Amino acid sequence: MTLKDKACVTGIGETVYMRGSTSSAFELQLQASLAAIADAGLKPAQIDGVIPIGIVSGTADDFIDNFGIPDLKFSTLVPHGGASPVMALQSAAAAVAAGVCSHVLITFGRNVTAAALTRAGARIHTMPAFHFVTEFEYPFGAIAPAQLYAPMARRHMELYGTTEAHFAEVAIACREHALRNSNALMKKPITLEDHHRSRMIADPFRLLDCSLESDGGAAIVVSAADQAADLRQRRVYISGVAEGHPDSPGAITQRPDMTSLGLAKCAPRAFQMAGVTPQDMDLLEIYDCFTYAVIRQLEDLGFCAKGEGGPFIADGRLRPGGALPTNTHGGLLSQAHVWGLNHVVELTRQLRGQAGLAQVPGAELGLVTGYGDMGDGAVAILRRG
Amino acid sequence: MVHTSTDLPSPMPAKPVPVPSALTQPYWDAAQRGQLVLQQCSACATIRHYPRLLCAQCHSSEAHWTPASGLGHIHSWTVCHHVFHPGFAADVPYVLVTVDLQEGVRALGRWRGGPLAIGLPVRGRFELAGNLPELVFSFETTPNNS
Repeated sequence: MTLKDKACVTGIGETVYMRGSTSSAFELQLQASLAAIADAGLKPAQIDGVIPIGIVSGTADDFIDNFGIPDLKFSTLVPHGGASPVMALQSAAAAVAAGVCSHVLITFGRNVTAAALTRAGARIHTMPAFHFVTEFEYPFGAIAPAQLYAPMARRHMELYGTTEAHFAEVAIACREHALRNSNALMKKPITLEDHHRSRMIADPFRLLDCSLESDGGAAIVVSAADQAADLRQRRVYISGVAEGHPDSPGAITQRPDMTSLGLAKCAPRAFQMAGVTPQDMDLLEIYDCFTYAVIRQLEDLGFCAKGEGGPFIADGRLRPGGALPTNTHGGLLSQAHVWGLNHVVELTRQLRGQAGLAQVPGAELGLVTGYGDMGDGAVAILRRG
Repeated sequence: MVHTSTDLPSPMPAKPVPVPSALTQPYWDAAQRGQLVLQQCSACATIRHYPRLLCAQCHSSEAHWTPASGLGHIHSWTVCHHVFHPGFAADVPYVLVTVDLQEGVRALGRWRGGPLAIGLPVRGRFELAGNLPELVFSFETTPNNS
């Protein structure tokens, strides 16, 4: 038995994404959750599984209390940063496929404006996953994710000839998609020159290589496939899903191959489960904490050989109307940063044909990745039912 | 664990201070003496870094600390321009290097030197900045570091 087509994404919900929200993270999470549940055609009390993403807002118990859930049958935590939403798809699919429960809410909310110590640099050093970095690297000035990831990107550039222009292409593609999405923070087009003129953050990453800090909530409902037919929306099947962890997950510095990611281990499993290949994909939603991360993941997914990610995307194929439209909502770089749960929402919306101006014509099959902490990975292949 | 130092004589904002655990105290004690030490499995002699409870090769919990040469080669680097912590405001731009140590593990430290390239031979040493040990690498060519 595999998880192929045993579960469907049946509901999606998002708040308006913004900066400077006056709502708490949990308020944003509740708002997105109610939207996702209503989208599925369910009542809040029918949710019988909850996976809160991160431990920054509501717990499963909070959802029992606020929704009046009479009998929650499944809850779990997936503590792998931005890989968590896609890893949670696997947990939810496994739970509903085994009959543990029927409708799992995967939900996230954040308000990075509200708390005093929430800048990326300070935030990660409160997380157990970063304890090696916090003790052995933070004191020397390796503080924020941009500084931890930059050596991976630099090594990729030195070994394979990847360029700043390749990074810029990812930023531009995401921005062009964001301009077609009314719920994206970034509203102005950018050029190659804009990218190269943006200030250096941690070489080789410039400002326009870095994802946004934003407030908002996102949520989805995953239901057993045999119950999804009775719900409100067209079914979107989880056809393949897998998670993978890099060697030395807690310290990029100590990773045998610094440019390797957990995604390389799990991508073949997901494609095999779904019975498809990268060439079958109509669109992609790739976790884009930094521009470089998109290039590297395309290699790990098998769209091109290792080291060839830069030239692979240089022809504009990720842009709207390109051969491989990617991050059709604008991504973390230009829509909003809700740990990539917005990527799952967007892929579902596309496969339903509800993506408005951003719609990829005839989208039937796509994939979404998660990338968390310092290299944990996950991928899900979703199919229009 | 990290505390922020508040007892330094410097008027500059404090840098984060490592807070050793029982496991890592000997590493930081050696650093205060200017020495880089690495954890070595007492059963199979595998050197591991960063410090942890078990040897991933043989799962022994018996380990000792062995001095490292400090010699190695550049694996990668970044030049830090944005101030992510006020304690580093006076330092930017500063360079962080990732180094393949001769002992088979890596270290991350500050770079004091010129242009960088993968494979460049370097030597690292702990220096005291205020009363905080800082791992600093610089260019080095010796017969032992080929």
